[in-house]
Amino acid sequence: MDKNNKYLQEEILRMSGVNPRKCMSCGKCSATCPAYDEMEYHPHQFVSMVKNGDIERLLNSQSLYRCLSCFACIDRCPRSVEPAKLVEAVRLIAIRKQGANHMTADDVPELLDEDIPQQAIVSAFRKYSK
Amino acid sequence: MQRIGVFVCWCGSNIAGTVDVQAVSDALKNEPGVVFSTNYQYMCSQAGQDIIKQAIAEHKLTGIVVCSCSPRMHEATFRKTAAAAGLNPYMVEIANIREQCSWVHKDMPIGTEKAIILGKAAVAKVNLNTPLTPGETPVTKRALVIGGGIAGIQTALDIADAGFPVDIVEKKPTIGGKMAQLDKTFPTLDCAACILTPKMVDVAQNDKIRIFSYSEVTDVKGFVGNFDVTIKKHARYVKEDVCTGCGLCTEKCPQKKVPNEFNLGMDNRRAIYIPFAQAVPKVATIDPNYCTMLKTGKCGVCSKVCTAGAIDYKQKDEFIEEKYGAIVVATGYNPISMDKFDEFAYSQSKDVITSLEFERLTNAAGPTAGKLLRPSDGKHPHTIVFVQCVGSRCDSCAQKGKEYCSKICCMYTAKHAMLTRDKYPDTDVYVFYIDVRTPGKNFDEFYRRAVEEYDVHYVKGMVGKVTPEGDKLKVQASDLLTNKQMHIDADLVVLAAAIEPDKSARPLATMLTASMDTNDFFTEAHPKLRPVESPTAGVFLSGTCQGPKDIPETVSQAGAAASKVIGLLAKDKLTGNPCVAHSDEWMCNGCSSCERVCPYGAITYEDKEFRMPDRTTAIRRIAVVNPAVCQGCGACTVACPSGAMDLRGFASSQIMAEVDAICK
Repeated sequence: MDKNNKYLQEEILRMSGVNPRKCMSCGKCSATCPAYDEMEYHPHQFVSMVKNGDIERLLNSQSLYRCLSCFACIDRCPRSVEPAKLVEAVRLIAIRKQGANHMTADDVPELLDEDIPQQAIVSAFRKYSK
Repeated sequence: MQRIGVFVCWCGSNIAGTVDVQAVSDALKNEPGVVFSTNYQYMCSQAGQDIIKQAIAEHKLTGIVVCSCSPRMHEATFRKTAAAAGLNPYMVEIANIREQCSWVHKDMPIGTEKAIILGKAAVAKVNLNTPLTPGETPVTKRALVIGGGIAGIQTALDIADAGFPVDIVEKKPTIGGKMAQLDKTFPTLDCAACILTPKMVDVAQNDKIRIFSYSEVTDVKGFVGNFDVTIKKHARYVKEDVCTGCGLCTEKCPQKKVPNEFNLGMDNRRAIYIPFAQAVPKVATIDPNYCTMLKTGKCGVCSKVCTAGAIDYKQKDEFIEEKYGAIVVATGYNPISMDKFDEFAYSQSKDVITSLEFERLTNAAGPTAGKLLRPSDGKHPHTIVFVQCVGSRCDSCAQKGKEYCSKICCMYTAKHAMLTRDKYPDTDVYVFYIDVRTPGKNFDEFYRRAVEEYDVHYVKGMVGKVTPEGDKLKVQASDLLTNKQMHIDADLVVLAAAIEPDKSARPLATMLTASMDTNDFFTEAHPKLRPVESPTAGVFLSGTCQGPKDIPETVSQAGAAASKVIGLLAKDKLTGNPCVAHSDEWMCNGCSSCERVCPYGAITYEDKEFRMPDRTTAIRRIAVVNPAVCQGCGACTVACPSGAMDLRGFASSQIMAEVDAICK
């Protein structure tokens, strides 16, 4: 693992409080994920990639922004690994990196439709306008 | 003053390699009470033991210290040596200078210094030793087996075979347990009933075995060899010795809507019932929760049709008291409740079932007469999904399921999948697994047959959710090897639910003062070397009450437990351990602290009359230790606030003398 990946891994583990070593690779997170088909890397891969320190690939993947934070994986994980918290931490790393924004705040209104709850709009601004 | 001999062992180079044995024997020569000190290459050998015997005679020794290996290794050897030379065996102390000294040190001067200190401590203790004599207690030559499943049945048969009387207490109306509900058994696929029911008949016909069915143990007193047990025989409202088991009452009873627990509620029985055709004892039982006669006093149909006159609506619970020398726990298991696993829609759809329910669905004596039909509409299912590890191997933080592997699910699921494909080749069978665990004779071969010969689709991954939609069950799962999410329209979903100890085990453990782990499995005395004994003397473990296991393992463990029981009952008297607690009645203030900490229930209280100095008498409550029950753990000596409690052979004064010798 190179130095940067190591640093990012430690940051993600610290921020999320997740211990990926608890994972027994059952795949229930990916089995339960409603956004599975839109992801390049699936929830169980998030866990194993963080465990193996393969972070940069994750950071550059669009899969990060496909997670709906529905927490179904957290609810059903038999080992209490909490994959959604890992995803969130990786997302935060991406957001905190200068110039690494997935989109700008200006892009958000275009994507809005009437059915989106207000809370989601607020959190979208919070996520994308750092 | 004692006359002490010190014997330092070289143990070849095991001790002599890091400890200067000559220096040790020389140093200990000057300790108080020591009149003789020597060293030898192998103290445990015949020649070494002769040195000890000779020295005892020549120097009129009253106590000896052997500086050698751990007392677990050779304490018994040297006690026998001392006894052979006419010394009380409890005047022997071992200083462990091998495991706790030479093996852990590399440096000779340090090792030698520590060996001398350990030797001094042992000498200080022997100075305060007193001769002890173990007590003897008689043994009641009768065994009690709690639980009448395959474990209890096998244990009882084996004990009876050795000629000792055995009683089986079973809480259900019949013996047979879970195995009676199974269809076929892995890996040989012989029919469970065909191999179990002959054993049940053997139990019924064996004149050494009594069956207390529909009964439970309500109280246990006493100790190894001498247990006093109270058994509550629930009223079944049928005279057991009169009922012929003809079953006419079970056909005529007008109360037809009682969920049949033997078929896990998948069909109904009557209020008066015989659980299944091969039940032992084959006697009807009235369910008081559903019987109209018992509830309202109006009906009495069963009594009218019974030609034997066996019905007795006035029957009362009966309490039986019996003495036993040994108790075997064989309380078994149950599948866990699926309530907390909403994602599998168990409570939403009748077509999501547990594996035990699947057994009943495929059993010729089950609710569908062995035809695999969906519980919801009675149609033949064409796509079946099996889900493994439901509630097994869960993290403790997950707040649902169990942390352990239930061990039997991989094999019975392979069996279910294989039998389904064999009987109904037009079905598609999927098994979702995390790992397939098949350690056992012919087990992996069995699983491979399911895959290779029967074309069962084994998918590595877990099912995430099951959604009932129309008459289908939408199964969403992951296939980890192809890295795809799968969507299957299933007709039937079978959940391999984790197993847990029967709920009756916890209160029973309290009665027996037998220890349990956090999962309520009974703890064995030693996980490897004493696997069928509980740490509580006289209590033995058989079957799944000790941990998940399959039928072959249960039967071998049942036999092992029986052989331990036979070994105990074959003795006329039991020699106790004299190193037990005793209470100084003048110092005891009857506070009950010791009773509360005693893990063996060895301490009771009695009111005793004392003559006081001024010629009056006073009645005081004092602690009394039953030496046959006490295991000498010493918890009470620590708990006692007044210092009345002490341990023979390990008195507080002796321990303090050792500490002083070490710290000097």
